[in-house]
Amino acid sequence: MDKLLKLLNDNARLTDAQMAVMLNASEEEIAAAIAKLEKDGIVRGYKPLIDWDKTGEELVTAIIELNIAPSKDEGFDGIAGIIMSFDEVEGLSLMSGGHDLMVTVNGRSFKDVAMFVAKRLSPLPGVLGTATHFVLKKYKERGVLFTDEEKDERGGL
Amino acid sequence: MNYEKLMNGTLADLKPSGIRKFFDIAAEMEDVISLSVGEPDFSTPWHIRQEGIHTLEKGRTWYSPNAGFLALREAISGYVSRHSGVTYDPKSEVLVTVGGSEAIDLCLRALITPGDEVLIPEPAFVCYDPLTRMAGGVPVPLVTKAEDAFRLRADVVAAAITPKTKLLVLPYPNNPTGAIMPREELEALAEVLRGTDIMVLSDEIYGELTYGREHVSFAAIEGMQERTILVSGFSKAFAMTGWRLGYACGPAPMMKMLIKLHQFALMCAPTTAQYAAIEAMNNGDEDVEKMRGEYDMRRRYIVDELNKMGLTCFEPEGAFYVFPSIQSTGMTSEEFCERLLKEKHVAVVPGNAFGDSGEGFIRISYCYSIKHITEAIRRMREFLEENGLCK
Repeated sequence: MDKLLKLLNDNARLTDAQMAVMLNASEEEIAAAIAKLEKDGIVRGYKPLIDWDKTGEELVTAIIELNIAPSKDEGFDGIAGIIMSFDEVEGLSLMSGGHDLMVTVNGRSFKDVAMFVAKRLSPLPGVLGTATHFVLKKYKERGVLFTDEEKDERGGL
Repeated sequence: MNYEKLMNGTLADLKPSGIRKFFDIAAEMEDVISLSVGEPDFSTPWHIRQEGIHTLEKGRTWYSPNAGFLALREAISGYVSRHSGVTYDPKSEVLVTVGGSEAIDLCLRALITPGDEVLIPEPAFVCYDPLTRMAGGVPVPLVTKAEDAFRLRADVVAAAITPKTKLLVLPYPNNPTGAIMPREELEALAEVLRGTDIMVLSDEIYGELTYGREHVSFAAIEGMQERTILVSGFSKAFAMTGWRLGYACGPAPMMKMLIKLHQFALMCAPTTAQYAAIEAMNNGDEDVEKMRGEYDMRRRYIVDELNKMGLTCFEPEGAFYVFPSIQSTGMTSEEFCERLLKEKHVAVVPGNAFGDSGEGFIRISYCYSIKHITEAIRRMREFLEENGLCK
């Protein structure tokens, strides 16, 4: 059912009934397929894409590159387990290339995030170095534009 | 100067396109949700655009041969044979035109001698009737009906044939109805035409966009290739409307005439577009498949919603339009569209813009995102409810 996944990925708020019509399936089939996707851990959750800049809420996002000395027993998984348990951490991935872990962190201010890196991340055993990059402006996230929609200029017959 | 007196009388008497009028009203309004355009919401696939850009960078900005680059004609010939099973000689039987519309105009002008009758199914796209008149021909409308799924019935054609009949226009998959012509019906039509000298202009511009079953080209029906001019193009399937590129394929002696006319009027089709089109023909099948999948989901959704709100529509199997009946509202097509636009700021096209037999219907395009369609549907339901017309 990769068509269903694509639909959900585009807009998770469509109702089962709407998706059933679009995919030529019954509502029950759709509900069962989604339940299975969730049970199998393929669909991990449903969240809106929020443009926080427009809410007036102060929110700073940073991407932090970490260089890690992997532990003998657990490799990168041990330290990753610690980092991902922090509430401030929005995302965490193991990377190829010049650094090892990439952490996405949300905070209320630049200082907030910087302190988190200095006090929580840097002192962790195995962390060799960090580089913090603050997000200045979001243009697009998960395929959705964060800029204002372009006007529909089509006029064809 | 008395311009009215100067003008060609046939041209002056032509009715302007009824689609335009609603576009103009809608353009004046804020927050209009439109379901009226007849072109894809997708941009031309990137690899196709890139070919155009690349040749511009290289400075390849000259004329091409009159009939189009041979490489493109070969690519078209290959594409048509791969998809329709009909073979055309790229050197003598393929012409690259400025959109499918030029191919239609050429075909009509090449064939019509004043007084000739041209059979045109109705409702149909707005160009056949006026272009026939401009060529001196007499349009003979063949009414198709919702109860026949807007297919052209062979007996209707048979009944309309006179000694003056020169040409049958066959515009399927159809704009505005979304109707298709399955093989059996084409066979029946072929049976009527066999033994006559009637030519067929098969406008298959939406040929790639059918849902559930494959499009069958009229030229692929036994014995029909010799009497068929197959017209198609890049606009709809490859999302290339603004490039203005189409093609015609047909018997060599016919094509020779079309090319003669094309060479005097247009010289050649735009060359940047031609380069890009070669890429589309050779490597574009996957893009078409993807867009077709998207259209199909929207089509199912919109048909279901319309039927639920009491605007019954037969299931359109092609193009990207649905053509629901609004007869249950007691309004005329124009009245319905005007009020829907004024009260709910939703723009759709009245069916009578496509001929008198389109009265009682509206054309809805689904070349829009699901989000956009959902909002339009919501407003349409409100419109019906507020006027006490909902089922």
